[in-house]
Amino acid sequence: MSIDLSQFIPSFLEESFEGLELMESSLLSLEQGDTETINSIFRAAHSIKGGAGTFGFDAVTEFTHLVETLLDEMRDGRRDIAQGDIEILLDSVDCMRLLVMSIKEDTTCEDEKIIEVTAQLEATLKGSDISSIAETSNIQVNNETASDQTTWLIEFIPEHHLVKTGNDPQFLFNALADLGEVSIEANSSELPALNDMDPEELYLSWSITLVADIDIEEIKEVFEWVEDECQLTITKKQIPSSQDNNNTPQVKTDNPLLINEPSTAESTNNKQNNVQADESAPPIAKTTEPELKVKPAAATVKTTKPKADVGSIRVGVDKVDSLINLMGELVITQSMLSELGNDFDLSKVERLNRGLEQLLQNTKELQESVMRIRMLPISFAFNRFPRLIHDLSKKTGKQIELILKGEQTELDKTVMEQIGDPLVHLVRNAVDHGIESTDVRLANGKPEQGTIILNAYHQGGSIVIEISDDGGGINREAVFNKAIEKGIVDGNTSLTDSQVFDLILEPGFSTAKELSDISGRGVGMDVVKKNIQSLGGRIQIESTEGKGSTFKVHLPLTLAILDGQLVRVGSEIYIIPLITIVESLQAQSELINRVSGDMVVYRLREDNVPVLPIYQLFNLEAETKEVEGSLLVVVEAEDQKIGLMVDDLLAQQQVVIKSLNENYQQVEGISGATILGDGSVAMILDIPGIIQMAQNNALKSFNHKTDKLTYSEEVTH
Amino acid sequence: MTKILVVDDSNSIRDMVCFTLKSAGYDTVEANDGQQGLNKAKMGSFDLVISDVNMPNMDGITLCSELRKLPSFKFTPILMLTTESSGDMKQRGKAAGATGWLVKPFNPEKLIATIKRVV
Repeated sequence: MSIDLSQFIPSFLEESFEGLELMESSLLSLEQGDTETINSIFRAAHSIKGGAGTFGFDAVTEFTHLVETLLDEMRDGRRDIAQGDIEILLDSVDCMRLLVMSIKEDTTCEDEKIIEVTAQLEATLKGSDISSIAETSNIQVNNETASDQTTWLIEFIPEHHLVKTGNDPQFLFNALADLGEVSIEANSSELPALNDMDPEELYLSWSITLVADIDIEEIKEVFEWVEDECQLTITKKQIPSSQDNNNTPQVKTDNPLLINEPSTAESTNNKQNNVQADESAPPIAKTTEPELKVKPAAATVKTTKPKADVGSIRVGVDKVDSLINLMGELVITQSMLSELGNDFDLSKVERLNRGLEQLLQNTKELQESVMRIRMLPISFAFNRFPRLIHDLSKKTGKQIELILKGEQTELDKTVMEQIGDPLVHLVRNAVDHGIESTDVRLANGKPEQGTIILNAYHQGGSIVIEISDDGGGINREAVFNKAIEKGIVDGNTSLTDSQVFDLILEPGFSTAKELSDISGRGVGMDVVKKNIQSLGGRIQIESTEGKGSTFKVHLPLTLAILDGQLVRVGSEIYIIPLITIVESLQAQSELINRVSGDMVVYRLREDNVPVLPIYQLFNLEAETKEVEGSLLVVVEAEDQKIGLMVDDLLAQQQVVIKSLNENYQQVEGISGATILGDGSVAMILDIPGIIQMAQNNALKSFNHKTDKLTYSEEVTH
Repeated sequence: MTKILVVDDSNSIRDMVCFTLKSAGYDTVEANDGQQGLNKAKMGSFDLVISDVNMPNMDGITLCSELRKLPSFKFTPILMLTTESSGDMKQRGKAAGATGWLVKPFNPEKLIATIKRVV
């Protein structure tokens, strides 16, 4: 029987990552004498080692063994918990993560850091008084290939209390029978009189004859668990098989005391006779602890790992229970409705309506519950920050306290995975540029220790993550001057504070006097902004000079559902993401201007907003073709406003996003599709894409004009 | 059917052990630490207990000696899952009344073959 365990590798990996996180956070809070914490760190390492060994991930096993040994010394109180050791352990956690990661990605990990940390660990362990790595490194490989049928004589005299350890000789004999042919003789001479007998004691002893092509170790292994509770002698009688009569017996007698090797003269197949004859073999010592070990059969489960990382989610049982409950409700409603449909007449309309209402309610709750499955508390993203702050604070010499708030705020798993890096960047930024060095802080009358607060909370249909620091704040003048210098803004423009702060999110902007090791490694704040925008979110900066700054990241709760405004153009219905809409209005003729390139712009307070008729963009028949008096939906993306001309504004509703890529193909200006209540398909407009298209078209149209081309056709077609 | 109680705080190890045992036709009940294991043991009868040593709340050694105090577990085989094959661990197990030990990393075929020695 072959049992394939590779299906458990993903859950092992997941558990390992969890264990590593636990180790990391526990190490950061570890104090002298805190046995519970050190125990839980030890257990985490121990589990990882155990799992890795089972799957044959030797690199992880070997490395973790060192970590475990060090932890074990701390646990037993043989070693004090020194800060230096904690640093090494933290580095070890990083290495273990690299190693486990390399398993996940099916690559070999040859990071120098691992070699370095291994050396550190070994040095630390050696430094301790107790050389605890008493690993039996001298595992001798017994190459003996017993090609001959051998008769083994086993004397098994158990102690009377053997069964109380849960061992039953019967099963031992069965195990022996699996190895070869056995014959067993019980010796009842020790059996006391019935009156004196304790039913819980064992009085029998046995002599067993086993004919099998095996090594003595295999027999000893069967008796491994009882060897301290019995007298066991194993004697060997070899019968060379008829083919290789000339061969000298190949059995190496590494321990002549253990194995008695009588002359092989009596080569006969009559085992029974042999047994009798061998009974007179010289007495032999009781088996002692075996010195040599048979190399374990290479048990590495070689599997072609499925490369596709499907990922998995751990879901709380309460969430699953609520789903099952709702399913039950749904089934009840369904059966009620179908019963109603059996003989329907108008008098039952009210009941039908009630049933449908219930169905609506059920569906809504079910939808919410299903969405909740994908929701994870943001602590999953937050819990890497204590370590980050620890490292950064060591590197910069700044004292920083990190406060986490709202860790239980839930967020879609996909969003969570993608927000991690931008958050790390923002926190690095806060440490590097936000918090001042200790002497500056003291000079400004601030506490020596800087504070960074990470906070998360729900606001409407989105989640807000705040990164605040009590550092120096953003110097408005410096930012503005730098932006002029870099040519990002014109010197004459007057900007509000928040507009100035937003400049630091522009590409090619960095106010740090010199690039430090921490932030400013080529990945700028503009990338952070881009990442957040690609998640459908936005970032907002508040700052007071001398007091500190707050970066607010607004994110949608989920990427699977979107709040949309339904609009009609001709006979088509489109969906505009609600988050992009600035306002909807009816165009007034006096505010409409035509500029070069057939571009129509609409004056919206202090802005000139280009108007883009959707019917032209998608080449449709529309009712409204004139801008005057038409409905404009003003949308904004990437700081660019545009007015979309539509025939009619319909309802606002949540829509489930279906990928167009997967079901059809990428279409310019469309980000996805959804299915409406009446079963028809509606396209979701890709606002940044449409703005890009409009800009390209305007540019083309402009070029046409300057090239004196006289084509009068609509370039947008 | 032979019923086995598997006690381990690591999900993946527990899953693997149970999967292996089920593949071999055994019935399994899982517990994720010694305390839970003991509670489950009190509520049912088992033909074999396989337990990890290092666990939160109650470790395997304590579980073992607690089980031996129960009349229904007086003769039940109890196997300890350990990563270290050191004599010390075996002695501690023996002293607590363990029947034997299984050394991690385990290999499925070996596991099945080994537990045949006790059930």
